[in-house]
Amino acid sequence: MNPFEYARPESEAEAVALLAGEGTTVLASGMDLMPLLQKSVVATSRVVDISRVDSMRGIDPVNGGVTIGVLSTLEDIAYSPLLTEYPSLKDVTEGIRAIQVQQNGTLGGDLCHLPNCWYFRSGYGLLGRDNGKSLPEIGDNRYHAIFGNSGPAKFVSASRFAPALIAWGAQVRITGPEPNAEKWLPLEQFYHTPKTDRQGVTVLEPGQLLTHVWLPPAELQVSATYEVLEMKGLDWPLASAAATLDLDDAGRVRKATIVLGHVAPTPWLSLSAADVLVGQPVTPQLAHAAGEAAVAEATPLSENAYKVRLAQTSVKRALLKATNQLEGGL
Amino acid sequence: MSGSRKTPSSGPGLRAPSAPQANSHSTDPPRSGFSRRSFLKGSGAAVAATAIATGAEQATADDEQQITSGPEKITLNVNGENRTVTVEPRTSLLEVLRDQLGLTGCKDLQDIYVDGADTVMVDGKATYAGTTFALNVEGKAIRTVESLRDGRNIDPVIEGFVKHDGMQCGYCTPGFVVATRAFLDQNPTATLEDVQKGLGGNICRCGTYDGITKCALELAKGGA
Repeated sequence: MNPFEYARPESEAEAVALLAGEGTTVLASGMDLMPLLQKSVVATSRVVDISRVDSMRGIDPVNGGVTIGVLSTLEDIAYSPLLTEYPSLKDVTEGIRAIQVQQNGTLGGDLCHLPNCWYFRSGYGLLGRDNGKSLPEIGDNRYHAIFGNSGPAKFVSASRFAPALIAWGAQVRITGPEPNAEKWLPLEQFYHTPKTDRQGVTVLEPGQLLTHVWLPPAELQVSATYEVLEMKGLDWPLASAAATLDLDDAGRVRKATIVLGHVAPTPWLSLSAADVLVGQPVTPQLAHAAGEAAVAEATPLSENAYKVRLAQTSVKRALLKATNQLEGGL
Repeated sequence: MSGSRKTPSSGPGLRAPSAPQANSHSTDPPRSGFSRRSFLKGSGAAVAATAIATGAEQATADDEQQITSGPEKITLNVNGENRTVTVEPRTSLLEVLRDQLGLTGCKDLQDIYVDGADTVMVDGKATYAGTTFALNVEGKAIRTVESLRDGRNIDPVIEGFVKHDGMQCGYCTPGFVVATRAFLDQNPTATLEDVQKGLGGNICRCGTYDGITKCALELAKGGA
């Protein structure tokens, strides 16, 4: 591991000042960052440990909704009484079955998590290129994207909370690069698909910091997340789907937001699945049709066509789970 | 109730940053008192002078923001005792525990980072020592598996592992014991489902999960 500086700011303004310039890195729990640094997959000149910035902690009611500081741990989210109306978030925490991750892993660390693409993690950069060739294109791409993969980025977004949060219409607060600058934007706009290795997976610029997530009022809407896990342990989902539904008194869908995870370089909003649902009660048949619509335009790579079916089923099961119709386990 | 979402006109707004809690640092062990400058003057400077001198001109500002750029002495609270150790920014808690403090219960599996054999408790939370920076845990209470035995007082988790044959080669065992202790502290009435949802962060290549699960369940029923 190359030498670097280690900074421990105690306020957002201090953190932002320390993050100025290229090559700085935010430290959340370190569970992912430490190995990336040790293997020189990520190089840094300065690690900024934000764990003492108390303003980024806590889960609080704000404007009828809930604000979650990005230092909140998975355990904080799972047990917060303020989040019981947002069950799709707890669904995510239940899929992460390591007490070490539950007690130390943070929301911010998840939202900014770098891809698990094995070419990236073997040192071939975010796009996995070697001598001008795309390794995920010519090599084993079983865990890669089935949507949004026509450009050079073939990895899948790693965040497990982002689909559920986007389905709830969450907004995120970014501070910096000026000391007290702040802006809010919808979480889906926080992500972008990089065209070069240096562009990263989020819109954060040097000197900017993600500090809070705000959930709009739940307003009796129902929600669920369904993740397809290969081993039910420390593995990452092969595909996931989150659904937030606004139902009328007769159980018909007034509004639906469906977001798929781990299928594209960003969380993947499916408008066509939502279209299938509006105006109708959620039945197994309708949920199936929504799943089919969600994957109708998938573009799988050479070895991941199986993920199309998983994504389709994730949508169906997220819808059934949200409406208490999912029976059994898998 | 209306189903439409309220979209705030000027952003969702932010709660006022909470004032730092009065006692947030009062229980911390005292800082070592080693600022960069005093360290340079101190007897240990010879080791570190080269690495540190480059940033010396920024020392004043850096001290305020607590930037560490070279070896530094810090105090860690380990198993109830304050221990002075020398760390670099890149030093992991695991390296400190094993190499400087001789606490070799937590294991180093090098490239396999999330095996759980390096599990310790930090402020009561089960934590992978191998992916935790030593500087991150300054001021926190660190407990290793060694703390689970005090003379003849042995933590019931250890006895449970013995009783239910929760080990074979034993390499994962100390980390698994610590994780199980932290898990039971958090889930004193755990069910089988709870165990399956909580203890997935430790890997046992010998496959003694059945015994470990029985141990956790028995302690959960009997009051761990």
